[in-house]
Parts: sequence; structure tokens; C-alpha cells
Amino acid sequence: MNPFQPTHSIAEAELHAYVDARLPLVRRQEIEDWLVTRPDEVARLESYRLQKRGLREMFDPILQEQVPHRLLSTARRRVPWYAQRLAAGLAVALISGGIGWSLHGGLPMESLAAISSSTSLAPISLASAAGFAQRAAIAHAVYSPDQRRPVEVDAAHEDQLVSWLSKRMGAPMKPPHLQTEGYSLEGGRLLPGGQGPVAQFMYQDAEGRKLTLYVSNEVADVESGEKNSAAAFKFTQQGSLKVFYWVDGPFGYAISADTDRDSLTRVAAEVHRQLTSVASTK
Amino acid sequence: MLDEQQLLTWVPRLRRYARALAYNRDDADDLVQDTLERAWAKAGLWQGVANMRNWLLMIMHNLHVDRHRRPGVQTVDMDDETPEVPVAPTQGDRLAVRDLESALNMLPIEQKEVLLLVALEDMAYAEIAHALSIPIGTVMSRLSRGRERLRALMEGSEITQRLKVVK
Repeated sequence: MNPFQPTHSIAEAELHAYVDARLPLVRRQEIEDWLVTRPDEVARLESYRLQKRGLREMFDPILQEQVPHRLLSTARRRVPWYAQRLAAGLAVALISGGIGWSLHGGLPMESLAAISSSTSLAPISLASAAGFAQRAAIAHAVYSPDQRRPVEVDAAHEDQLVSWLSKRMGAPMKPPHLQTEGYSLEGGRLLPGGQGPVAQFMYQDAEGRKLTLYVSNEVADVESGEKNSAAAFKFTQQGSLKVFYWVDGPFGYAISADTDRDSLTRVAAEVHRQLTSVASTK
Repeated sequence: MLDEQQLLTWVPRLRRYARALAYNRDDADDLVQDTLERAWAKAGLWQGVANMRNWLLMIMHNLHVDRHRRPGVQTVDMDDETPEVPVAPTQGDRLAVRDLESALNMLPIEQKEVLLLVALEDMAYAEIAHALSIPIGTVMSRLSRGRERLRALMEGSEITQRLKVVK
């Protein structure tokens, strides 16, 4: 028989609702009466019930499995990676320090330095952070001129990029959006750092000029046991390439671009603006 | 107000559905992870979510459809840390169940989704329509076609007999 034909006054959909026990009692009884003289239909509906039972048998054991750690930590996560440590300290700094953001003009370096020195940002030693910035600059120089394959996963697949890099870095990795500063996300890639994986996000402006954000979570290891009161925000220059970098807890960040220092500072301010807005919605 | 603890309680259910949708454990758990991340990204909406499970399943469905349409980037293949793990329980007298699995995997994804949401989550047809963003009539026709196709795939063999033993 054709299961899509309504059988007498009983619709195919109703037979499924009957199988799924979703009919009112009266209608259920009517269908049972109707089925009495239709053994083929009884057999068909019984096979549907067995399908349901079989599917439950097959997949219910998964409910008893131990949930992988990475899923538990993702379920618990509240704040994106770039805000994990910074947000609380920065919010406090903004209030207690009385420093206001200027979204239009960006921030002078002095303001950023003032903020950083009054937050809970982890201090870093100049030597190792400079090495970190150096690696970021090299990575920028190697990949940003690449016309054919500047990134491994492009921005059209941002979900997959985020999922992949988060998995490899062992921490949630969501690229900030920098359109307000004229940069659109092009994609990202995984790179070898000094001791483990490093994530590189690549952006470009309307003229195709590149900007990279380099994120490492190995800085804490480098710095372990070391206390240094140096300011957390740093700026360095290699030829025309400028690198703005800082360390926050286990993460080191470096923003590299062949642009002027003020633009780069504004991008850094924009990243911070995004993470403070995340913090304020919590 | 929904909170983190509630999100955690749904993880096993999300894993079950994801495993039934995807073909292996890694892909399924990646799908769950993406779903959780998306849920956090939209945490501002939680207050308006009437049914957390349905909302999460809707997110998962959208992500899954998205991946299905664009199989170009296989992030799992890039990760060499996670070995392949058998999907279904293989012990004892589960032969009929495994046959059901291979039949299930021969269904079009649209039919498979509806069948699974009915069987595993016991969702109302209207809830499924909402989660999959399709009319309820489409839910019913996919359910009907899916069940009939599954029956046809398994009919005539001894599998039907074995399934009765499972009962």
C-alpha cells in the first residue's frame, strides 16, 4: 500500500501519532478499532515501534559515557578567550583609575600603559616577551605576503576556524572583529611556537594591507617563577613592521602590521573595547 | 533564567543526538562543542529561550546542515591526537541493532533527523518543525517516508525477526 494515502478517514500522519502515543484517548481507540481488520497495517506500525526501540537501544548507552573534558569546559565557559583574564582587571581599572575610553580617537600609548599598570595583567620579562614579539613579527613577515595561501582556514569558515584553533590551543579562540578599524578577518592558521602551538589570525584592510594577531599560551611557562614589574604593554619595530604586544595570564598577544603606530594602537584599543563590552554584559 | 549548570545537564543528550547524526565520535563531539560555543555566543538570548533542549538542538541542526553543505574543511583530519573510536556498542546480541544502524545511515539526512528527534528525544511534531525550521506537514511526510524506507531496507531479511527478539 501507499503510506501517503489517507486510509479512509484516518490520515497517515495520525497513524504515526498513534505509534508515538500522541493521540487523544478517543481517537486512539478509533484507530485501534480500525486496525482490528487490517493485519498489514498492524504489522507496519509495529515495525515502526521496533525502529524506535532499536534506535534507543543503539544510542542510549552514549548517555552513560563519560563526557570528554573539552566539552565540559566549553559548557562551563562564559567569556571568550581574549577576555578571560583581562576583563575583570580592566573593568576595575576603568573605574578606579577614572580613565575613559575614547572610541573615536583611540588611545594614546600612555593611557594604555597606565591601564595596564593598574590591572592584574601578569608582568613579563622584557627578554622573553621580546622573543615572543620577534616570533610574531617573523610569522607576519612569512605569511602576510602569501597571495595564494595566507591562511589555513578562511573567514568564511570562521566556526571551523574557531573550533579547530580552540581545540589545538586548549582554550577558546575567537578572533575579535576589527571592521570598525577597517580590518576584516581573512582567516587563521596554527603555527609552531617556542614550546607548543600558536594561533595566528590574519586581517586585511580595503587596500589589502595585512594585520596579524598572534596568540600564544606558552608565555606563562616561559615566565614561571619570574616576577617582573615591567609594563605589560609593549611596542617594537622591525623595519617598517610594527608590533604591539602584551601578556595576559597564560596568553601572549602580538598585533603586527606595516602601518603607523597610532593605527596599531587603535586596533589594540578596539580589542580591549570588545572585551570590556563582553565583561559589562555579564 | 537558564544557566551554566543547565547547559551542562544537556551535554549527554546533545552527544547522543550528535553521535546518531554524525558517523564517528570525533565528528560528533566536535559538533557538540561547536553547539556549546554557539550557545555561549548567544547567551544574551537565554532569557527568552523557553526550552533549552529544543534551542540547543536547533543550533546543532543548523551547524550540522552547514557542515553538510560545505564539506571542504575537515578540521578533524588535522588533529592526530584523537583516535577513531567505534560508534555503536558491539557486545552480545546487538546484531539486529547494528543492522538498524546501517539502514539508518542510508536514509537522507532530512528523514534521519526527524526519525531521531522522535525516537531519541521524544519531541512533539510541532517542536521538531520549529527546531528544523520546516512546516509540520513536512515533518510528518519526512517521518512517514523515513520510517517506511527504514522498514523497506530491513524487510525480508532475518533482521526483522532479530529485532523482535530485542523487544
